[in-house]
Amino acid sequence: MADQTIVCRCEDVTREDILAAINAGCRTLDEIKRVTRAGMGPCQGRTCRNLIAQELAKIYGISVEDVLMPTFRAPVEPVKVGVLAQAYQEEEGENK
Amino acid sequence: MKKAYDVIIIGGGIVGCAVAFELAKRGRSDILLIDKEYLSSGATGRCGAGIRQQWGSMLNATLAVESTHIFETLEDYTGYDRSCGLNQSGYLLLAYTEKEWEQFQENLAVQHSLGVDSFTVGLDENIYQYVPHINTAGLYGATFCQKDGHADPFHCTFAYAQGAKKMGVDILTYTHVDQILAEQGKVKGVLTDQGEFSANTIINCAGGWAPGLAAQVGDEIPVFPERHQIMVTEPVAPLGADGKYMPMVMSFSRKFYVQQTPHGSLIMGIGETEPISFNINSTWQFLEKCSKVVTDTLPALKELRIVRQWAGHYDMSPDRSPVIEFSPHAEGLVTICGFSGHGFMVAPRTAILVANALCGEDDSIDIKMFASSRFQSGKLLLEPSVV
Repeated sequence: MADQTIVCRCEDVTREDILAAINAGCRTLDEIKRVTRAGMGPCQGRTCRNLIAQELAKIYGISVEDVLMPTFRAPVEPVKVGVLAQAYQEEEGENK
Repeated sequence: MKKAYDVIIIGGGIVGCAVAFELAKRGRSDILLIDKEYLSSGATGRCGAGIRQQWGSMLNATLAVESTHIFETLEDYTGYDRSCGLNQSGYLLLAYTEKEWEQFQENLAVQHSLGVDSFTVGLDENIYQYVPHINTAGLYGATFCQKDGHADPFHCTFAYAQGAKKMGVDILTYTHVDQILAEQGKVKGVLTDQGEFSANTIINCAGGWAPGLAAQVGDEIPVFPERHQIMVTEPVAPLGADGKYMPMVMSFSRKFYVQQTPHGSLIMGIGETEPISFNINSTWQFLEKCSKVVTDTLPALKELRIVRQWAGHYDMSPDRSPVIEFSPHAEGLVTICGFSGHGFMVAPRTAILVANALCGEDDSIDIKMFASSRFQSGKLLLEPSVV
């Protein structure tokens, strides 16, 4: 991968940005995420998570499966606030 | 690595890092700061990131106003080479009852005595100049302060940490403090999973975990962790008036807050009754309830998509104000906790207060009033305006 390769497409984070964060002392995906926003966009890191894990594994001399993953949480894909609000109202109605 | 220090700080959130920085600035730089994960991994990195000066108690307003002044120049103040993300897009506080509105008038008087430029916003066309999409149904009144806003909790914490490091502070991450060591009524050091470190002074800034550590030497601090959930939308163009970001919109009676960050995303949360617990799991129920509560006031947000949610702890004290406890059982131990959900925005000034006390310097605020003995004496530090 070239340094200018976009690793996180949602937040426009390059490999160079990732390496800079690791050089500054980041040891995990969670730390890199907080410094660079990589993995915070609409896809929630589906592409960049594994690419960054590879970089971390290489630099720290560990295997990819030993890189700590950020917590996976809902929603799996972006959901409209209106859909969620509607669901709440319907469930409230059923409980009454 | 060194094994003996003047000061050990437990906890690398905004409070621990700011205290390290302020102590080092005053010449006490022989410090080891320890975090069980990475800097800002606890409550700081999970907070709503709001900065507000529209407080009700003189004490909180003072801490917040003076902290905001530091946030305004934090990069220069700490020598940080990146942005701390301060965006003063304002807070619009909503009152839904006459009683709440009366409280707001009292709050404004407190704020004005400290020079805060907060004011009443008319519910006619005036309010739409701040939040064009607001639904004013049921609204009794509103106040606004432009200098309130948002800052990046990660970068603010890293700024303090980097500044402290430059002055000689050592930082040890991914290290768990198992035990505070004390002997004959005096602290000796800490036992960690990386071995023992000795110190004359230990500053316990472990947030929700701080009371548990303090209890090891016999201190009883009635502060408990409580889960609070947050969700965030995709980034969108500025939703405020005149191409500005939408300010924080907040209600204490309807218990919600929502703010557009400089990134364009909207971050929001609600106040819920939660059991005492270290649980920070996210729930689907929260997504639905928060969506309902927030869109009652801001229907336009229905069209935005939620991309992520998370949770963190408030470290709740009985009067919702921080506890600064100089241990009566182990000399040299200071515990700072109980910020009850607004620690980020008052951390800069609180750190100065603690550093002044530990370095024998004068301070305009009396640090003794923060001792947990106030819960027996009844001299509480009550705050009327929290979500």
